[in-house]
Amino acid sequence: MAKLHFSLVAPERELFSADVDQVDAPGTEGDFGVLPNHAPFMTTLREGRVTVRDGSTVKLFDIQGGFADVGPDGFTILAEHAVEVAS
Amino acid sequence: MASLKEMRNRISSVKATQKITKAMQMVAAAKLRRSQDAAEAARPYARRLASVIANLATGVSGDGAPALLAGTGRDDRHLVVVAAADRGLAGGFTSSIVRAARAHIDGLIAQGKDVKIVCVGKKVTAQLKRPYGDKVVDNFDLSAYRQITLSVAQPIADVVTKLYEAGDIDVVTLFYSRFRSVVQQVPTALQLIPAVVEGGAEVASGPAAVYEYEPSEEAILETLLPRNLTVQILSALLDNMAGFYASQMTAMDNATRNAGDMIKRYTLEYNRSRQAQITKELIEIISGAEAV
Repeated sequence: MAKLHFSLVAPERELFSADVDQVDAPGTEGDFGVLPNHAPFMTTLREGRVTVRDGSTVKLFDIQGGFADVGPDGFTILAEHAVEVAS
Repeated sequence: MASLKEMRNRISSVKATQKITKAMQMVAAAKLRRSQDAAEAARPYARRLASVIANLATGVSGDGAPALLAGTGRDDRHLVVVAAADRGLAGGFTSSIVRAARAHIDGLIAQGKDVKIVCVGKKVTAQLKRPYGDKVVDNFDLSAYRQITLSVAQPIADVVTKLYEAGDIDVVTLFYSRFRSVVQQVPTALQLIPAVVEGGAEVASGPAAVYEYEPSEEAILETLLPRNLTVQILSALLDNMAGFYASQMTAMDNATRNAGDMIKRYTLEYNRSRQAQITKELIEIISGAEAV
């Protein structure tokens, strides 16, 4: 099955970068989920939680504002501030 | 001719100085590694943001473009942000940035443009306040921060944005030292406003993916541009930090070596005059004994 390349980047460093199955993120106009081969899509993000699913592992990140870019080569979140939370 | 005691004192004082410079060199080397890592770690974000903006900017050109991207259409009033170090003892680090900035500022003044200056770093303020006292509108002191984070860059970006939005300036240029390698830091001028879109043409010719935007292209660009400004300042500060420690390390390495040379020279001189004195005393004793 196709995988989605997801990276979560904060100004100070890159927090996450790997191939995953699904990512849910809080958009300013509503939460959304991204699966592999999603149509190109850009949005701003509000404060909230990003959920990264890969197989049975789930990773959670709290972000404060940012920007999401779903392109042909993957999904990138540029977060203003991001921390990983224990799931 | 200095007495033996004086020479001994001089040697021990140079030795003490050498210990200090050696310690500073080691501290700078450790901090260099850390700040180099920080500068590296910040790159992906800046690069991604720049490419996204380049992507968006090609779509939003002309009248609808936000002011930060399009500029005011004039270049009469300039703001020059000069960022360097808060501390000295780093060779010509601050001076080389300030020199580049001064050349730029003098050029603008010669063309009859209005110039405002924002200083970042204590040493910069000290060096620019004298020649351009009335033009310095703001200055920042970064020595209180142990680490350079976004919250350090934010106030600087805020000052720039405020001046720009008040309509006081047309063009903003940032001077900093780009960190090429440990031995090479290049004083660089970076135009912040109007935003320079890098590789815009290249992106446009690529496979034009049809993007869906939420809310709208303009709204996204509107929120991204101020952030890009902050991030550009942040990466400049991080580069500066790494460059500062690199040039402090080099400067301290030189100082340690110089001190070593000096110790060697003084020791040679000391031993020689000690030997000369012994010989002299021996001659006196021997000739005294012969006379009896």
